[in-house]
Amino acid sequence: MIGVTRKTARAMLSRGVNATASVRTHMHFKFQPDDAPAELGATEKTNMCNAIKSAIDIQLARDESTIVFGEDVKFGGVFRCTDGLMDKYGSDRVFNSPLCEQGIAGFGIGAAVAGACTIAEIQFADYIFPAFDQIVNEAAKYRYRSGNEFDCGKLTIRSPCAAVGHGAHYHSQSPEAYFAHTPGLKVCVPRSPIQAKGLLLSAFEDDNPCIVFEPKILYRAAEEQVPVGHYKIPLGKADVLREGTDMTMLSWGTQIHVVREVASIVEEELGISIEVIDLVSILPWDRETVCNSVSKTGRCIITHEAPITCGFGAELQATITSECFFDLEAPPQRVCGLDTPFPHVHEPLYMPTKWKLIQAVKEVMDA
Amino acid sequence: MLTRTLRKAVRPLVTSVPRSDKFHPSTQSEFINELHMIDPMEIERLPVYRVMDRSGKILRENQDPKFTKEQCVKMYKAMIKTNEFDRVMYDAQRQGRVSFYMTNYGEEAAQIGSIAALNPDDLVYAQYREAGVIFYRGFTYQQACDQCYGNVDDKGAGRQMPVHYGSRELDYVTISSPLTTQLPQAAGSAFALRRAGEKRVVMCYFGEGSASEGDAHAAFNFAATLNCPVIFFCRNNGFAISTPVEDQYNGDGIASRAPGYGMMTIRVDGNDLMAVFNATVKAREIALSENRPILIEAITYRQGHHSTSDDSSRYRSVDEVNMWQKTDHPISRFRQYMMTQGWWSMEEDAALQKSLKKDVLIFPLVTAEKKKKPSIESMFDDVYDVLTPELERQKAELMDHLKQYGKHYNMDQFVK
Repeated sequence: MIGVTRKTARAMLSRGVNATASVRTHMHFKFQPDDAPAELGATEKTNMCNAIKSAIDIQLARDESTIVFGEDVKFGGVFRCTDGLMDKYGSDRVFNSPLCEQGIAGFGIGAAVAGACTIAEIQFADYIFPAFDQIVNEAAKYRYRSGNEFDCGKLTIRSPCAAVGHGAHYHSQSPEAYFAHTPGLKVCVPRSPIQAKGLLLSAFEDDNPCIVFEPKILYRAAEEQVPVGHYKIPLGKADVLREGTDMTMLSWGTQIHVVREVASIVEEELGISIEVIDLVSILPWDRETVCNSVSKTGRCIITHEAPITCGFGAELQATITSECFFDLEAPPQRVCGLDTPFPHVHEPLYMPTKWKLIQAVKEVMDA
Repeated sequence: MLTRTLRKAVRPLVTSVPRSDKFHPSTQSEFINELHMIDPMEIERLPVYRVMDRSGKILRENQDPKFTKEQCVKMYKAMIKTNEFDRVMYDAQRQGRVSFYMTNYGEEAAQIGSIAALNPDDLVYAQYREAGVIFYRGFTYQQACDQCYGNVDDKGAGRQMPVHYGSRELDYVTISSPLTTQLPQAAGSAFALRRAGEKRVVMCYFGEGSASEGDAHAAFNFAATLNCPVIFFCRNNGFAISTPVEDQYNGDGIASRAPGYGMMTIRVDGNDLMAVFNATVKAREIALSENRPILIEAITYRQGHHSTSDDSSRYRSVDEVNMWQKTDHPISRFRQYMMTQGWWSMEEDAALQKSLKKDVLIFPLVTAEKKKKPSIESMFDDVYDVLTPELERQKAELMDHLKQYGKHYNMDQFVK
């Protein structure tokens, strides 16, 4: 900067940081940790980023064929999820790919076909679209189209997703619905460090191509006592986090923590008993757990960050309405992101906030 | 003392001034001081490697692959069998017996010459115009007909259109319709095989049209940066359906792109079986010993239509096709070589074609036609390794529906 001394520049920068600190650190949710199941043994306080790193580390150690790659993976990843792994396992196993998502996906499929446990990172879920053809037309159909002569079940794609507070159009998307529509894939979204590690370890061993969308805002914001060893959380099973009698609220990822807070508020202030379900797996999804719950409570709110039209909530609402119709006291509702590209300055208004959920709970109860 | 310590501690804005005149570690390029835009026309077009002339005569003795008679006859028969199979299946489609077919006319040497140069367990990825490759490996006509009919013996379980062959046993990955998707996959497989210590090259076939897709760029770049022992074999046959090469690219074909990726390359006469063979042998050797990819561009000519859904007379003259057939047909060039060696005769040729048509080709077709299709329930298998609860539910629902409405569905064609 011309005409500004180093001292003044430093002062300006630090003022800038302070001024924006509240915007940058403001979060629309409060992470609620879970206890690890006792049978999983010793635990350590770990954030989601390090829990993910632990899963990858364990997989690299137990399966010599395992490779981990993507953009900037070698130096540790832009979110530090692979920090130190190259030093530990070598750059033949933990490496950078060129900047090319269709290449990452295609190369990953090929490595899996040839028998390597393949962990491919797409740096932001917003950039997964160049890989869409390889994922949807190739990975998902590999076993089926070859009559089980070939498969790419050893492929896992992991990608940071969802709102981060300032990500706007291209660092905030939740694209799970595009992939839910593709038979042959498995798709899941962890809400916490324990979930992230366990779901990844399941995905690595699952004999189908899996996509794990990791809500990036949780990388540092979410900390739990995470089991240090190897364990798996099953794919395809939803998690009932809180039992209730008046209404089922269904979500996944970061939004689960908003839902949990809303459930506490409406219980305390309005005496409404909410059953909270984390769907966990988008594909295949746990119809039995969800429909049993809604049949019990008679009411349902589905909520997700992705835009409402044809978001995955639409599939849930359609199935719930069809399966639970005669047990319903009120129509199932969705509280989701708006049908706009993910905005920057308007993010707090775009999101399915706890206030929108509280309003929806009241309306559904009054219906 | 303090100054020296500070200078070390402070990270300089630019790396130290280069001592040589080469600019930047990443390019190692010389500086020049005259403005000059490089016109691609300044760069010499890549030459075409050939061993035989158009009448099958070897041009340089030191390039003679020195095939034995047995080797020649095996490769020649493979070309003829591919050719005859194409004729029978094309006619079968015209008669409405098979829904769709794609021929390999004119590209037999590119296919057979290359696959014959590989080990049986080298992993093959292909596009769709490489039937000769899988036949040479050992895929039978019965298996090919079964796939085209999608019957109960189809390795692909009746899931895909005709000519979508594949065989784990023969190390030939089942093909898919989307073009070029196999290229980055081939690079990934080569990486994994190298890491596993397997001395197997990956062979990846594709057409010049396919090379326009982004996946080709991705594959070349990944293979070169990640040391993948893969041969990218481009069949440049002049057309992508109706699109001639003039509309496909403006540069010097496909081979010229390889140096841009730091990849070795060669352009060969695709109708010269010996040239294709020699180049592939060399490519395999380099790929495996140096762990690097090689691009081979085989210049050939698609003598048939793109598929049974295409009539190529709408975009090219019959004269042009006839010219290639008469003056530069891969099968006749090789046959002429064999005949001058005294290893083949026109009588043997006629006998071979006759026996193929009757015994080998018609029988598998008729047999395949009579077989039933895979069971209706099998439609739900292999989406995943095991059926999900939802797939089980949909299967039960469909079978229930068929109990009532089955008579509208021609269910007799499926195995129970």
